[in-house]
Parts: sequence; C-alpha cells; structure tokens
Amino acid sequence: MRPLSLALTAQRARDGTDALTRRRVLIAALFLGVFPWLMPYKALAINVLIYGLYAVGFNLLYGYLGMLSFGHAAFFGTGAYGCGIVVARWGKPWFLAIPAGVFSAAVVALAIGYLAIRTRGIYFAMVTLALAQCVYYVFFQAESLTGGENGLRGVNVRSISLPGVSLNLLRPTTKYYFILFFVVVALWIVSRILASPFGAVIEAIREREARARACGYNVAAFKLITFVVSGALCGLAGALNAIHLSTVPIESLVYETSGLAVIMSLLGGTGTFFGPFVGAAAFLLIQDLTALWTEHWQLIAGAVYMIFVLFFPRGIWGSVLEWLYR
Amino acid sequence: MTLAPDVLALQLLTGLALGALYALLAIGLSLIFGMLTVVNFAHGAFFMVGAYVGFFLYGLTGSFWASLVGAPLAVGAVGLVVERFLVRPLYGRGLDYPLLLTFGLAYVLVEIVRILFGKQGLPFDTPEALSGAVDVWVGYFPLYRLFVIGAAAAATLAVWLFIDKTSYGLIIRAGARDPVIVRILGIDIARVWLAIFGIGAALAGFAGVLAAPLQGVAPEMGDTVLAEAFVVTVIGGMGSLLGAVVAGLLVGVTISMTSLFAPEMARVCVFALMALVLLVRPQGMFGRAGLLS
Repeated sequence: MRPLSLALTAQRARDGTDALTRRRVLIAALFLGVFPWLMPYKALAINVLIYGLYAVGFNLLYGYLGMLSFGHAAFFGTGAYGCGIVVARWGKPWFLAIPAGVFSAAVVALAIGYLAIRTRGIYFAMVTLALAQCVYYVFFQAESLTGGENGLRGVNVRSISLPGVSLNLLRPTTKYYFILFFVVVALWIVSRILASPFGAVIEAIREREARARACGYNVAAFKLITFVVSGALCGLAGALNAIHLSTVPIESLVYETSGLAVIMSLLGGTGTFFGPFVGAAAFLLIQDLTALWTEHWQLIAGAVYMIFVLFFPRGIWGSVLEWLYR
Repeated sequence: MTLAPDVLALQLLTGLALGALYALLAIGLSLIFGMLTVVNFAHGAFFMVGAYVGFFLYGLTGSFWASLVGAPLAVGAVGLVVERFLVRPLYGRGLDYPLLLTFGLAYVLVEIVRILFGKQGLPFDTPEALSGAVDVWVGYFPLYRLFVIGAAAAATLAVWLFIDKTSYGLIIRAGARDPVIVRILGIDIARVWLAIFGIGAALAGFAGVLAAPLQGVAPEMGDTVLAEAFVVTVIGGMGSLLGAVVAGLLVGVTISMTSLFAPEMARVCVFALMALVLLVRPQGMFGRAGLLS
C-alpha cells in the first residue's frame, strides 16, 4: 500500500525514462569510488560498503517484496563464518572462501525461508527472529569449528595476487577497492533483478498478494527465491566483513545485528535503490560522531530511528525522492 | 547416566517454573496483539526494566515484596506512556510501523538502563523468606522456584478472571472481535487499548522481577527472552491466552528436560519444536487460522 507518488516513481523506473534509475549502478559505482575521501577515515568507508550491502540485501526482501525479517543476522553471520572457516581452519584461498560464505548463507536462507514463508505478516518477523536465534546457538555451540564465544580468529587474507597485479590488503585504500568490486557486482545483480519481470512480480506481491496469486503467479516460489537471494547478498556482506576484520565475532549472529539491517534500511528509505546505502552511511556516521563524546551512542541512534519511524517513514533517500518527483 | 524418576520429577518442576515466566510474557504479548494488532518488540525490554526496577526497589527498601508490587506498576506506567505518545500515532499506518517503533524503543530502553545501572550484570539475592529448599515428596526443591510457579499462576488466574468474568473484560473481548462496533456502542476504545498495553507491559515487568533472583539482572537479559517469548506465542497461537499458558509451560519443560540429557541442545530444541508446529499447524496450537493474513 505504497502512496501513489512513490508508485509512480517505481513506474518511471521500470519504463527506464529516468536517467537516475537507468544508470543507477554506474552512479553508485562512481560515487562509491570517491566516497573514501568524503569520510573521516578509510575504515569507516569500508564499514559503509559492507553494511550498505547488508542493508541492500535486507531491502530486497522488505522494501521490494514487503516481508519484514528480523533474522538477517543469520545470513550475515553464516556468510562471515563460512568464509572465515574456509580461510582460517582449512587454509584455502579467498576466491574459494567468499563463494563458500555466500553459498552457506544461501543454504541457511533456504532452510529458514522454507519454514518462515509459511507465515505471513508480523508472524514472519517473529519466526525469522526466532530461527536466527537458533542459528546463533548452533554456531555458539560448535566451538571447535567456530571458536564459540571468542569468535573465529585468524581469517588472514593479507595480499591477493591476480594475474599481473598483487594487492596488499593491509593498505586500507586497496582493501576498500577490493571490497567495492564485489559490492558493485552485487548492486548490478540487484539492479538487474529489479528491472526484470521477476522484480515486477515481487513488487506486485508487495502491493497485493491475492491479486498476484490470482494472476497465476506462484507466490510462494517467488517469496522463497527472493528470500534466498536476499540471504546470499547478506552472506556476501558477511564474508567481506570477515576478510575486513580478519576475525568473525560471535556478535555477527546476534539479534542486534538483525536489527541493524532494519534500522539502516528504514533510515535510508525502504524500497529505494540507494536508500540502504544512505541509511548505512547515516547510521555509521551517527555512531562515529556521537561515540566521540558519549559511549551511549545507541541512545542517540535509537532515538533518531524512532523519530524517522514516527515522522519520516520514507527515510532520508525516500524523502528526497518524494521531493524530487513532487 | 541413570535417571531416577525423582530427578525427572524435580527437573519437571524446574521446567514448570521457567515455563510460568514464559507464559506470563506470552500472555502480555498475546493480549497486546489480540487487541491492538501490535507486535510489541519492546516486550523483552519491559521484562528487563521490570527486573531492574525490582533490583532498585529491593536495594532501596530492603523488601522483596515492595519490588514485587512496585516493578509491575512502574513498567505498566511506562507502557501507558509508550502507548499514548509513541504507538497511538501509528494506528492505521500498517502493521509494520508499531513493530518497527517498539523495536527502536527496546534499543533506547536498554541503553537508558546501561546509563543508570552500568553495562555489567548485577546479582540479585533470593529474598530471605523464600530461600532454601522444601520437601516436595520426590525430593527437595528450591522454595523460590515454587513461589515463581505460584505467583505466575495467580497472575494468570487474575488476568483470566478479569477478561472472562468482569464487565470490563466483556468490553475487551468485544474490542478484540470488532473495535468498530464497540466504538459505535459508545465505548471509548482508545482508553481500552491504552489499558491493555499497560496491563501487558505490567505482566512483562512482573515476569522480569520474578526472574531476577533466578538469573540476576543484566541490560541484555530481555533480548534472549524476547525470542523465546515469540517462540511461545507462535507455538501457542497468537491472540490465545490458553495457548500462551500451554505453550509457555511446554517450552519451559522442553528446555529443562533437554538440559538434563543434552545441555548444549536445550535452546536449539525449542526452535526445533517451533519449526515442527509451523510445519504441521502454521497458526499455532490454539490460534485461529487467517488471523494474521
């Protein structure tokens, strides 16, 4: 039940009449290319990339399909552990580890999605939260593989040799562009999905599920596929985070991490292409700036989030779009 | 490992004490959802605030009874303020918004408690009069756990009598069926909703103060409890009081029994139970089908 103005925006986007939309991946890539120089320091820029991608994955499910999950930490964490275990425990290179992380996140998403899509509406939020908590306990208990409470240490990917070049990931700028490559590929995939008939169908399901079903679409299959793709994208974000941090903290799997995706997407604007990145940047900047003068930055971040839910439900980018297409 | 029947019986009682707390939480969640169609993500935070208010009053007055009465009242008052000023503006804006808001509220409440009481968890002594063990025929059982079962049963009974036997309860049941008709009959449904949110929050606070001597108090204690309370409501069926009680006890007993055989599987088992219920009966044991569609 989206207001007409935004529905029109989506319509223009699909018609490809809108330059901002038609070239959205290019614009995102160019902007993120210069982004590190707009941030106080490089590590923050890397965090924006990773959590932005995480929020993009979440937004595909909530913003476009309209299913509110409170369990996306399960995919972020599984992706991180999947990648981390391949590197730290089995000593395999990064080009096997990252796909392994994405794949394991997709498998977990398939299992959780299979159960969760049987429920609808707000039941879905509760069931995803509970099942993600279950994933947390499993990883917590499998101490020999995951390091349990202490997290997984020693996910060391220091340098990467490609034909012709060798990348030194200890340099923050190099690491940023290494991660950016994966993020841009992921954004391109999301953009393609949204512009395809598949993307149109999932938005139709969000607007009115019964009508989409009456049109002959297999709603359950569309939901499950979107859920798995969303989980895989969040798994990629997790895998990149494991390489970025060289460790996988057990906190990757907790309820707060699931909430982070919700907060970031809502701050930026759900159901918009750039919104999740805007939200991730806004949240991490709030965290970074308020942490300078108080350790209780969660209070500020939580309050800002509540103000957005109450008064600006379209988020920062959604409000900008609304103003642009008045 | 040999398991004597008396060990099993004692473990069953432990499970019932745990389950009684889950039932209290799930009743609050279910009441709020059944009336307001709000999924209260701050329910775990209300539980935690209840425990901390109890801790504060216990330290201030030295009387556990004071905290047992004061904590639900304080958390109930918080609930009233939250419904009136934060949740009420969101009615009619879709089911997701109250949920998203209460989630943010939980975030803020946890941080406020951290500011007031510190980040570390604090121990909560079992009150003198309720410490020790009593002979329950199969063996000795901690008196305090028996007290938890009794107190939770009393609170549940009170809620049931209030809803099923009083004229206020009649309005509440009618409001859950059809708020529009109730409003047409000249009843201020907004005040009923306010009261229900307050009662639900107070029950969470009561569960919190009851749980405090069992596990101490910590700012994060509400997070795990929230997930488990959701599991209970999903198993029992959203909007059903009987479902909340039965599923709460079932989950409590499941946890305590599995921790006897395979402690590391105890929590996971609960989620497996939920998965099973979802596969067989997605609306929960006592839930009405299509309530949430």
